[in-house]
Amino acid sequence: MMGFPILSAMLLVPLVAAVACLVVPREQARSIALIATLVDFVLGMVLWANYDIGGAQWQFTESASLFAGFSWKLGIDGIALMLIALTVFLMPVCIGASWLSIDKRQGEYYAAFLLMETLMIGVFAAQDLFLFYIMFEAGLIPMYLIIGVWGGADRIYASYKFFLYTLLGSVLMLIAMFWMVNEAGTTDIPTLMAYNFPAGAQTWLWLAFFASFAVKMPMWPVHTWLPDAHVQAPTGGSVILAGVLLKMGGYGFIRFSLPMFPEASAQFAPLIFAMSMAAVVITSLIALVQSDMKKLIAYSSVAHMAIVTVGLFAFNVQGLEGSMIVMLSHGLVAGALFLCVGVIYDRLHTREISRYGGLAINMPRYCIFFLLFTMASIGLPGTSGFVGEFLSLLGIYEMSSWVALVCTTGIILGAAYMLYLYRRVAYGEQKNADAAAMLDLDNREWAMMVPLAAVVLWMGVYPESFLAPMRKDIATLDARLAHAKPHGDADVKAGTGKPAAEEQSAHGGAH
Amino acid sequence: MDFARSLALVAPETLLSVSGLILLLVAAWAGDKASRAISIAAVAVLTVCAIIAAPALWGAAMGPQTEAFGGQFRADAFAAYGKLLIYASAGVTLMVAPAFFDRVKAMRAEFPLLIIFASIGMGMMVSAADLLTLYIGLELTSLASYVLASFLRVDERSAEAGLKYFVLGSLASGILLFGMSLLYGFTGTTSFAGIHDAMTGEMATGALFGVIFVLAGLAFKISAAPFHMWTPDVYEGAPTPVTTFFSTAPKVAALGLMMRVTLEAFGNQVFAWQQVVIFASLLSIVIGALGAIGQNNIKRLMAYSSINNVGFILIGLATATQAGASAMLVYLAIYVAMSVAGFVVILLLRDENGDAVEAISDFGGLSKTRPWLALSLAMVMFSLAGIPPLFGFWGKFVVFQAAVQADLIVLAAIGIAASVIGAFYYLKVVKVMYFDEAVDKVKGAGELSHTVILVLALLVNSPLGYLLTKCLDTLAGNAAAALFFAY
Repeated sequence: MMGFPILSAMLLVPLVAAVACLVVPREQARSIALIATLVDFVLGMVLWANYDIGGAQWQFTESASLFAGFSWKLGIDGIALMLIALTVFLMPVCIGASWLSIDKRQGEYYAAFLLMETLMIGVFAAQDLFLFYIMFEAGLIPMYLIIGVWGGADRIYASYKFFLYTLLGSVLMLIAMFWMVNEAGTTDIPTLMAYNFPAGAQTWLWLAFFASFAVKMPMWPVHTWLPDAHVQAPTGGSVILAGVLLKMGGYGFIRFSLPMFPEASAQFAPLIFAMSMAAVVITSLIALVQSDMKKLIAYSSVAHMAIVTVGLFAFNVQGLEGSMIVMLSHGLVAGALFLCVGVIYDRLHTREISRYGGLAINMPRYCIFFLLFTMASIGLPGTSGFVGEFLSLLGIYEMSSWVALVCTTGIILGAAYMLYLYRRVAYGEQKNADAAAMLDLDNREWAMMVPLAAVVLWMGVYPESFLAPMRKDIATLDARLAHAKPHGDADVKAGTGKPAAEEQSAHGGAH
Repeated sequence: MDFARSLALVAPETLLSVSGLILLLVAAWAGDKASRAISIAAVAVLTVCAIIAAPALWGAAMGPQTEAFGGQFRADAFAAYGKLLIYASAGVTLMVAPAFFDRVKAMRAEFPLLIIFASIGMGMMVSAADLLTLYIGLELTSLASYVLASFLRVDERSAEAGLKYFVLGSLASGILLFGMSLLYGFTGTTSFAGIHDAMTGEMATGALFGVIFVLAGLAFKISAAPFHMWTPDVYEGAPTPVTTFFSTAPKVAALGLMMRVTLEAFGNQVFAWQQVVIFASLLSIVIGALGAIGQNNIKRLMAYSSINNVGFILIGLATATQAGASAMLVYLAIYVAMSVAGFVVILLLRDENGDAVEAISDFGGLSKTRPWLALSLAMVMFSLAGIPPLFGFWGKFVVFQAAVQADLIVLAAIGIAASVIGAFYYLKVVKVMYFDEAVDKVKGAGELSHTVILVLALLVNSPLGYLLTKCLDTLAGNAAAALFFAY
């Protein structure tokens, strides 16, 4: 595979399709979009299949010095591979979710989605600092249009808020990037990841990057754009927003903040912990009282992302691996939950929880999927949510038992709001005649739900498939962070491991 | 001093002057019927002049062999860079103007001539190496511009724009002249090199006043805050092709002149003017952004946008480094492309009677009725806001990079944070076109020439523009090196 520039091809396919969507008649746009995303999915799977686990850190590298000041440089490690796989997996689902519900200006809609896909893959594959920034920022334009044109009632306010919030966060990062490039003399991300910036400067650089990633993540208290954007975005937009866009913040932390500024990361870890703890408790409680389904899931996303941030700043392998799995799992589960909301929204055109009820009677198949994803969101063992949250919390327990304690309440509260949601929607009596008359899943919806459910279970039962490509990169990162690692309160020591016979005799003696 | 060589160095100006005079005679005998032919001839002359000027830029001409007439005039790579942008902008103006004026039955043969004479002046501005050359070039440009602003005599707004421009412009010229006389008094010379050498060490208060007055006069010409008040009125009142011209060529010329004066003549006294430039730059960014928010006329909006953009360009000047100068030149080139694209779209926004649709609220739902036009304007707006992957981002990128390299990190951080305010009003235009209900006012069909120019300018603005970065970087680097040669 070495000769073929597969990453560039993955960027090019959706881009070309996006242009095509603008010029062809509207009926054909969605077919083009579906084909393009499926082609990209196949390319993504080829990428995964050819990824050499345990091989070089950066694979599939391409480089062309096309520009002044920065270069077209792509390459992936295991972390990027997983996030690209998530992106290409969710995109066809998004197109499917929009198949019937988008009836105005289809060409532009699908073009915006395909452009998003290009940019998201670009963010994860970029190996040049400024190329990364361009891809990272460019996503604002299509997302602004997706929310503003095809969104709900308050779409204009939501689109402005989304755009200006995230832009303000990012421009300061650009200034920090200039300083770094000036200092280190290179724009190459792998080189910068190994460069030791002076500790004093790291503080400022970290804060500048944090301003951007915290908004993208989003962390409490700068999360307020997310519920608005989610509620107003069309289903496909919500899926991609929750599924992939939120992961850019986490990816930013793991790719930039941690390896490039280890000392500052250690210095600011308490800040991250404080914000994350607040997020877990506060947003979970807010989610509990929501009457709008999408808003509820949006707030739950903020809580889940807080688990990601504590795991990242736990400075150990479990925390980092757990965070990555939470990100992947949340991408699938939150995406699937928004899809579930979309399914019934398409039928009744309301997101009010109280307008539904007793759906288990007339939509049993739908409710099985909804139940599965609800359980995955809570983190039931056997689903993807469990693996990630367990690892993250284990990691943070090693660092600080208090943080672990507070964050674990998120699981309990998560169970509360998700089960409460599920009860009100699926169980109980059928209060509303129109909701009771809704039809069960059709073939298109089956085709979207089944793959999501399968991967959620796969990740829950055999997470090794997803952890294996990332293991070496996370170990590298852990080694990079080792010298700055703050002292945890758990004092974990490797056990001495008593021989079995001795242990038995000790037991025997006691009795 | 070899007189023949001097003449060779001013060949573009000579050619423009001679052809301007010949075309003037043609206009006098043939009348307004010939105005289209004169326009075509003028574009041809500008093209030839650009071809004559170009080798100096590619060949990175600098040093004594570029000086003409005893060091009063300098045809180096920097001048060539400025002239190429100026001639291109003037050419575009000439190409879009006839259709516009024909519609209001006001196409006159003087129009291309005024553009040509203004171009001579602007060419002299970027080539100036002496206060006197500077002033002659500036006044030649200004006089032509005053007439251009009020070219639609019957239109009250146009007449008002011309008058306002004239009164305030003369005031600025007066301030500039006063500053120049102070400089002459305290340094004993009018040549930039002489002033540069004379202003070493502690600066006399009078000379400092001279510097400030000169900067104030120039700030008026580039419409930097706090000398920006005339811009919205003139941009709105002047006929749209003239506004296209104002926002491109004279801006390039005045900024080029400002770079010449600050970096060459005042190059020894960076601390004396750096604060002034930083102040003007931040104020322009903020005023440009805040002032634009309440506007409902797209031309007024573009005026505030130009104030805003000048603020960003001045950040490059505040660095007082070669990298900063090069960044400014790159930004200028991109800004010209953005402005041309923006104003050509504005020219294409017409209702069924062929009248211009300038109120932003009338663009409602343009993306449904005229999707390609809406897409073009949206691209321009995002590009002006500096959102990647559009090429407008690159201008901001190089300027802020230069500022960080020059250790002006606080300035860069404030400037870039203020650019977010600017993003708000660019977004407003996109919002009206894409999110609002269709008003369906825009009807008119576009001319082929407009479409061609628009497509070319948009290609530069699109992500494909990044492929130009290497070329732009080399050329702007050549030009900036010429500016810093021997200083």
